[in-house]
Amino acid sequence: MSGLVNSTNAPSESDEALPGAADNGPSGVSPLAPYLLGLADDVMVYAQRLSEWMTNAPQIEEDMALGNIALDLLGQARALYPYIGSIDGTGRGEDDFAMLRDERDWRNVHLVEQERGDFADEMARLLWFSAYQVELQTALTGSSDDVVAGVAGKALKEVRYHLDHASLWVVRLGDGTPESHRRMQAALERVLPHLAELFDDDEASLTAAGLGVGVLPSSLHDAVVARVSRVADEATLTLPDGSPWRSRGGRAGIHSRPLGYLLAEMQHIARSHPGATW
Amino acid sequence: MSGAVTPPAETSAEVPETSADAPAEKSWPLWEVFVRGKRGLSHVHAGSLHAPDAALALRNARDVYTRRQEGVSLWVVRADDITASSPDEKDSFFDPAADKIYRHPTFYDVPDDVEYL
Repeated sequence: MSGLVNSTNAPSESDEALPGAADNGPSGVSPLAPYLLGLADDVMVYAQRLSEWMTNAPQIEEDMALGNIALDLLGQARALYPYIGSIDGTGRGEDDFAMLRDERDWRNVHLVEQERGDFADEMARLLWFSAYQVELQTALTGSSDDVVAGVAGKALKEVRYHLDHASLWVVRLGDGTPESHRRMQAALERVLPHLAELFDDDEASLTAAGLGVGVLPSSLHDAVVARVSRVADEATLTLPDGSPWRSRGGRAGIHSRPLGYLLAEMQHIARSHPGATW
Repeated sequence: MSGAVTPPAETSAEVPETSADAPAEKSWPLWEVFVRGKRGLSHVHAGSLHAPDAALALRNARDVYTRRQEGVSLWVVRADDITASSPDEKDSFFDPAADKIYRHPTFYDVPDDVEYL
């Protein structure tokens, strides 16, 4: 299983100058900002994706459950964006980050921007992403940065519940009817190519880990796979052994097609009515 | 959940082909939710919801009924498992108590410094 989501290849695009970087003043720019932006963008984009389940889940109770999870993730992003704006020299606020950045400025992994698929697809993604988040936030509670550690402490309680929710569903679908088993198994295979990015040690994470603020993504890999494997076993599912291809580029602003559509939907009100409040 | 795929032979003969593809929607069972607001209080009925089993009912209850910090403890009970008094029996069940005021503890003088009484 160790080769399941290979993490040895960091995307070469990460060396590129960031599109917004030229605007940043040379002084007071923290080297942590790119790393934290990756964390914040992951949860912001996934919050938007998950919120699409409102009115589309199997039952209204599940609408609520996924909506609650989306709001938890949105809260994590909202805690990080103003902090990033305060350390990257731009002074940007949460709306500037969420509503006024174009696709190439986003640093999220491809996993969270993929279209939502069917319910099994979402549970497969939520299982992997929240298992990753449980390990990530656990490690970040020991961050040398007080804000990062504080956000992680709050997030950890939330993502444990997300993992629990996804696990319950994966077990029920995997160990359910022949059709639910088949579709859950297919979803585990479809999500696989998008997982490796989570564990890439790019320059931003190497810098942040070196400063004791962040954690090396590759160091989370084995524990995350172990968590998901336990759930898959209980669900009588088989974790696929590997994928012939893998996504890359998200942390450098190179995205797959669905992100542009997601951003258009998420941002169009804020951009059509600049500065509007209610 | 076993056996869900094969309908009984006599039904499948009567039902037209098209409806076999679109089975009647079968809803999840109903659960009643009880929330304890804080330590020391008892659980109070908050509402009901649908869930396929007890574990998910408890989580749905958390998501639907404790979003605004309403509780510190939750119970869920299958609505089918509750035996309730019938509205038709309301008179015979409850009216006989109406004229028995001596059952109320109102004939005592409560000292001023006794709280919670």
